[in-house]
This record gives sequence, C-alpha cells and structure tokens, in this order.
Amino acid sequence: MSKNNGEYLITRNDNKYEVIIGLEVHAQVLSESKLFSASSTKFGSEPNTQVSLVDAAFPGMLPVINEHCIKQAIKTGIGLKAKINKRSIFDRKNYFYADLPQGYQISQYKNPIIGEGSITLDMPNGEKNIRIERLHLEQDAGKSIHDIDPQNTLVDLNRSGVALMEIVSKPDLRSLDEVNAYIKKLRSIMRYLGTCDGNMQEGSLRADVNVSVRKKGDKKLGTRCEIKNVNSIKFMQMAIDFEANRQVDVIEEGGSIDQETRLFDTKKNETRSMRSKEDAHDYRYFPDPDLLPLELNDNYIDKIKKDIPELPDEKKKRFIEKFKLSPYEANILVSDIEISKYFEDVSKNSDVKLATNWITGELFALLNEQNIEITESPISSKNLSKLINLIKDGTISGKIAKSVFEIMRDGDKDPITIVEEKGLKQQSDPKELENIINKVISENPENVEAYKSGKDRLFGFFVGQVMKNSGGKANPKLVNEILKKKLN
Amino acid sequence: MSNITDLKLVELVDKIKKKELSSAEVTIAFINRSQKSKKLNAYIYENYENAIKKAKIFDQKPDFKKKLPGIPIAVKDLFCTKNIKTTAGSKILENFIPTYESTVTQNILDEGGIIIGKLNCDEFAMGSSNETSYFGNVQNPVSENLVPGGSSGGSSSALAAKLTPATIGTDTGGSIRQPASFTGTVGLKPTYGSCSRYGIVAFASSLDQAGPMTHDVKDCSLMFQIMSSYDTKDSTSVEFKRENYLNNLNENIKGKKIGIPKEYRVDGMPKEIDELWEKGIKIIKENGGQIVEISLPNTNYALPTYYIVAPAEASSNLARYDGVKYGFRSKGENLIDMYEKTRSEGFGDEVKRRIMIGTYVLSSGYYDAYYLKAQKVRRLIKNDFDEAYKKVDAILTPSTPSSAFKIGEKLNDPVSMYLNDIFTVPINLAGLPAISIPAGHDKKGYPLGLQVIGKAFDEQSILNIAFALEKNISFKNNITDWWIK
Repeated sequence: MSKNNGEYLITRNDNKYEVIIGLEVHAQVLSESKLFSASSTKFGSEPNTQVSLVDAAFPGMLPVINEHCIKQAIKTGIGLKAKINKRSIFDRKNYFYADLPQGYQISQYKNPIIGEGSITLDMPNGEKNIRIERLHLEQDAGKSIHDIDPQNTLVDLNRSGVALMEIVSKPDLRSLDEVNAYIKKLRSIMRYLGTCDGNMQEGSLRADVNVSVRKKGDKKLGTRCEIKNVNSIKFMQMAIDFEANRQVDVIEEGGSIDQETRLFDTKKNETRSMRSKEDAHDYRYFPDPDLLPLELNDNYIDKIKKDIPELPDEKKKRFIEKFKLSPYEANILVSDIEISKYFEDVSKNSDVKLATNWITGELFALLNEQNIEITESPISSKNLSKLINLIKDGTISGKIAKSVFEIMRDGDKDPITIVEEKGLKQQSDPKELENIINKVISENPENVEAYKSGKDRLFGFFVGQVMKNSGGKANPKLVNEILKKKLN
Repeated sequence: MSNITDLKLVELVDKIKKKELSSAEVTIAFINRSQKSKKLNAYIYENYENAIKKAKIFDQKPDFKKKLPGIPIAVKDLFCTKNIKTTAGSKILENFIPTYESTVTQNILDEGGIIIGKLNCDEFAMGSSNETSYFGNVQNPVSENLVPGGSSGGSSSALAAKLTPATIGTDTGGSIRQPASFTGTVGLKPTYGSCSRYGIVAFASSLDQAGPMTHDVKDCSLMFQIMSSYDTKDSTSVEFKRENYLNNLNENIKGKKIGIPKEYRVDGMPKEIDELWEKGIKIIKENGGQIVEISLPNTNYALPTYYIVAPAEASSNLARYDGVKYGFRSKGENLIDMYEKTRSEGFGDEVKRRIMIGTYVLSSGYYDAYYLKAQKVRRLIKNDFDEAYKKVDAILTPSTPSSAFKIGEKLNDPVSMYLNDIFTVPINLAGLPAISIPAGHDKKGYPLGLQVIGKAFDEQSILNIAFALEKNISFKNNITDWWIK
C-alpha cells in the first residue's frame, strides 16, 4: 500500500481502490479592508472592534465592492493561468446562523470572476498538472465561540465580511503527497502575488476536501463525501486517509457511499457525518440586487497583468538555466518567494553552487531548529555571502566555515570579523605546513613504516594529526599535497 | 394672511426667505396641527421638542441659501434617521434607534430641513392600505374610516391633512403614487438609481425607490431636486446630471407625444376612472400635445411578476431581523427556537406571507419556474416600454383602478389588495419614473389620480406634463378637518 507516490491505492480482499481527491480552498484575500465595507481585516484584534454597520447588517446598509479585492482575485486568476471572466455576478447564499448577520453570505454562484485554470506540481516522478475549475469571491462569516460562557454562545464579527477566494480544483489529486504539493504550490503562487498570506494558523487558508474511491481501472468516479473546513495540510492528509479507508470498508461490506458532508475530528482522527444530501441546505441562491454585475474590460485586466511578478514556475526555469541548478534544487529555492529572494541576494555576490548548498543545508537546518521563517533568519543574506566568499577564496576551509556559521547565528556577526578575531584564517603557507608535517612524521615512525609497507589507509591518520596540530586551520588541499610528497 | 399650514412648500420657503415667517413659527404651526390630529394616527414617532429647538437655532442664524430653510418635514418611518427611532412599521424594530442617517434624509437636513416626526407605513412597506402597520391603521383625511393608501399611508395622510408641508415616501410597487392618488396629493416615483437607497430599510432592493409627496407639482420638483443625488454608498445609485427641476418647470407641452397604452383599459374598471383618463387626454390635446395609441403587451404579467420578484428579495432582505443583533428578541430554548419565536412574534401576517412566498419561489426546484421566469418577464416588460418610447415622450394612465376603500374592506383578500397596484407595478419593474397627480373625484367624492410615466432619468418631462395637467384640472381637495374636534 502506498499513500504517497503517484497514486494512493488501498487494497482489500485483492481489490485495489484508487483514491480521488478534489480541494475547495478558502484563501483570505490580502487586503486592508473587507470585501464590501471599509472595516479593517487585522487578525487578532479585540472581538467586535472591526465591525461596520454593513458588516453587522444594520437596516438600510448596503454593500459596496472593494476594488482592491477584485484586483487580488484577478491577479490570483492570472497566477493560476485561468480564464478571467469579464462579467461575474454576486449572489446571495441564504441561511440563518448567529454569526451571519445578513442572513445570507454574498458569494458568486453561477458566474464566478475566474474560470478554468491549472497548477503544475513538481512530484518526484515528474510534473503533474492539476486543473482548477473556478475561483470566486465571497464574504467570510463571523465567529461563534461556544467555550467561553457556559450558558451562551458568543459571536465575534471581526471576520464577518472579510474577503475570501474559494479556489476549486477538479478531482485530479491522487495521493496525500499531491495534496501536500498542491496546497504548498497554491500558497506559494498567492504569496508571490501578494494576494493571500497563506497563514494556516490564522485561518487565512483552509479547505473543504472532497474524497471518493473507485476500483482501479474504473472510469466512473465514485460518490464523494465532502469534509468541511480542514485547516492544516497534516489534518487534510489524516482526514483523507481515514475517509478513503472508511469508504473502501463500506464498499467491501457490500454497502454504498452516501453523498454527504462530513466533519473531521482532529482529536479522534476520524470523520463524522454532518448532514446527508437530503438534509443539505437549500441556499436559495439568487443575484444580489444590491450589487450590479461586475464587468471588467480588457484594458483593466491588461494593466493588472503588467504588475504580475515572476511566478515560481518561471523563476524555477530561470534558476535552472541561469544558475545551472538541478530541478530539485531550483524547486526548493523557488518554493517560497522569500527564500528565492534570499537566494538571489546571496548568489548575487558569491558562488552560486556554494550559496545553494549553504542555504538548503546549514541555513534551512537552523531555520527548522528554531522553527522560524527565512524572513526572520538570524543570519543576513549579506553576511552569508561574505562567509561563502571566505570559503571560495581559501581564507577558511568548509569545516572552519561551519564553526564561523555557529558564531554568526548569534547576532548576525560579520564572518570576516569573526575569522580575524578568533584567528581562524586557513594556514596556506607551504613552509609552515611543512614544519608541522615534519613534526608529525618524526613523532610517528611506526606508522610511517606501516604506511610505506602498504597500509594506505593510514594516510588519513597523518592528515588528521596535521589538522589537529594546526588547530584545524591547515589548508586541507595543501596538507594532502605535501604529505603525499613526504611519505612517498 | 391665511393659515401657515395651508401654505404650500414653495410658498413657505419664500415667506421664510423674505423673513415674513420664522422657522419656529412654521414648525410650531405644523406641530400644533399634528397634535390636534392624533386621530389620524399618521405619526409613529413625534420629534416635536427637538424640531422646535432646531427651528429656533435656525432662526438665530438663518441661512437663506438653503433650499429648505428651517422647513419642518415629517418623513416615512422607513428612512433611518440618526438618533431618532426608526421602526419600518414593525414590532421587530419597535425600539430601534439608528446611529446613522439615510442619504435622502441627510440631503433634506443639509438643505435646512427639520424632521418633526416619523410617519406610519405598512410594515416594511408591504401593503396598499397602511393596515399592515404594527402601529395601527391610518385614517385618510378625506373621509373617516377610509384607507390613506399604502405603503406610504402615514405620509399621504399627514400631507393631505396638512400636518407637514411636504413629505417623502418610498415606492416599490406604487407605495408613493397610490396613496397620493387616494388622498388628492402629488407623488413622484423617480427613476431607479436617482435617489440613494442608503439607510432606507430595504423591502425589495431592485424595486425600492424614494420619492417626494407634495401638494402640487412645483413643491414636488423642489423636493425631488433635494432628494436626488449620486451616492457611492449605494452601488445601484446612478451618476447623471441632475437638473434644477424647479427652475426648469414648464407647462408648455406643445408637440409632446403622449402614449395611451390600450392594455391599461382593464375589465371592470369604474366608469369614473375611464372618464378621468379621457379628461387627461383632452387636456393634453387642447394644450398642443399629441396623443398616440401604444401597446405594452406584457402588462398583464406585471402583477404576477412583481409578486414573485418583490417577495423573493424581501425574504432575503428581512433575514437580518433575527433577534441576534438589534431589535426585538423573544426568548428561545436554543438558537433555532429563538429565531422562530422572534420572527413569529416580531413580524405581522402580510410580512410573513411575503417571506413565505419569496422563500418558496427561490427554493431549489422552483427557482427556474418562478424567480428566473419572472426575471425574464421583467425584461420583456422593460422592453415594452423601450419600444413605446421610440414613439412617445411619456405615457398617461390612471394611477389606480379605483378610489380609496374602507378600512378593513380588503384586509382578508390579499389578491384584491394586490390588484390595487396594477397600474403602478410595471413602472417599478421597468425602473422608470412616474408621477401621480390628483385629477378628479369619484361619485363618493374621493380623489382620483392620473399617472404620467417617463423615460429613465427624464423626470423633467413628466414634471412638465404633470404641471400642465395640474393647471388645467385645478383640483380641489375637499377636506373638512372632521378629525379635529
């Protein structure tokens, strides 16, 4: 059984089942103000401090579209290589809930702002294209809080009316790794564009997951279940894993899958039925009469196109061509716009190969260890490029560089200063090295004899002794050369 | 000098500007008369003390450049007024005090107007007789126990009874023109997009439009000029050049082509209405206008279309009255129970009926057959008018198929009540402007109105035609002050 590679197959009683996944991602639009009001969208403010009369649905209040959010949706559409619909319509999705002040959510139903597009995933066995069905704009609801007051549910409307992009994929995902890659790629594209910060902890990116299974070889899709509102990649994977196996069990026991909405319980690691198709809400969608159809012209779209930065796919291509990076290395370096910026800053002033290795090796290990983003890196790109130049010009060895790096992480110290202060400069004077080597040879006559009689492996011992005597500063390349001459 | 309250709006403005009257004198005169007229039940909220204070402040430093210098005005209680209770005629908003001002009332305040009170209306403007108001029936000053029309029934009653020199209403399917017609006053429903809907309690967003109600066409032109403005707070507000409707008012209709739609000759229409219409046609001809027979073939479908579109939008617009955030809340076992009780107790029967109709026509499985079909028919109705306006400048019809009826007469027969709007709803569906002016009386002595329908944003033309008709008709309202003992 493999969950992670090209396809996720579940085997039961000699039957192989293929898992089919589609995602509806809700991405919060990066915007100072809400979709239809001027209230702030700042995260983590005091409850109900960012609520306008429109957000709280006071009588006679009317929505007015925030043009910035429209531009953000168009940008994202361009990033998804999608069709920009020149005419889209805002609809009302009607349902009652305490955190939905209007009694309806303004969304887009039949005529979304963005049509079909695609996302390219870089999987270990090559690229895979995931088709996007649509992207539409909608309002977020407020937040119901059930666990503060034992008697009452409290409502916080700060989030009410915040703009979301719902990005719907076709059922093209086939494994947990693809789900991971899809979310990361989507997030990366939106971060490049500055249209969504992709912060899953703050809820700016969440997803409804559609899962179905079918016997391998079947053409027809199985009945799907929708798992609502999952807010991390790990939970998405756990939910899919549970749900796919549940569906296979049902089918293997002779049952059939009911189309339904399910909830993922992160504590019990299981999905539970929320409501069946029969109980599904009738949202009574209809065009919002308070808003006119949104009409865009080519000129408007072209202007936005001109502001689109280089996106990950193009950047990757450029990195491979310009810097001769492997596709694997390029993928890592373009996955996040900040990483790519850091890389370009370092490599601008130093060796590209060393820059790649140091960023993906030592620096990533450091960021991981401290659980921080590259923007918070304790070592600046400027100082890292200086360190690389010290290695490149032979001033220090790679080994010494690692200890310099250890010192740099506290307070972003200039590596040149560290090398000078600690006297870590590599010993490259052949005469001095010869003195040390002579000393080592004269102190170890037995090993010299043994080496000369054929014990080649003892060469490493001599190198080690020389390094030790030089306090690790000896230029290893020269040590090798001189030692070979002396011993042979 | 005649009674202050007998003066028309333009006359009052003139007298204040000439310092013949002070704002306080005028304000107190209308308030005194209003206080003697409680029997009409025209007011939901009286803002008298505050209004007198404001009038006195105005008099201390009068600004005569304003279009309504210190003029007292009572407004329909569908307009949200800052710090003044706004109920929409409903129990669910019984104690609601907005912290904001509707754009239309703000425009009035900006021109020096003073709000003396909030006027009764059908609950959420749903009704044609003011009988659906939670705050009780309104008397038509024309005769005891006669409805003043609706939904702007408090407005028409207060205006006809001279409790306010002018007023404002809202018209979704005839709610300004029908009550104007029933009370012998002038009412204008402007083009959709002319007056901002910001701060007006919504009934049916794609149809709602605020407009003036006045004693004559001149007053109407002045009020309209003040009310109409482009407003970025309303996405359906339209930016166009707004005329000086009063200065441009002109009774010359020579060469104007006036359409007479044959479909408006409905079966069973009283003879008086027919005669009234003929009278209007005759006046047009005598004044050099040209009468053109036209056809609006989809007129028959207007009422059913309206009673799908309006309730559909209303069912969604009224979802916000759920007891959670403001307004009336009933205690419930849980959230759903609280919703049910709040809305059951908070809304009246007519509102509930329309919410149910609206919910039904939007439901999956019925949407295409009702709502979508209605939207298509609505387009056809608009096309009818577009076609007609290739041949004519304006259209003349009766305002209503009958005069005012007795309170209670149609209360249990909603369909007969809905039929009252048969001549007015097509205009809302098409988004066009139309004015109703008093044109005669039926044999009971109740007023009857004629309606002039215009091209979109061509209010000036219908004001001019109405002005010409008004001059020739010289209508006199026979109001006896029967309610003042």
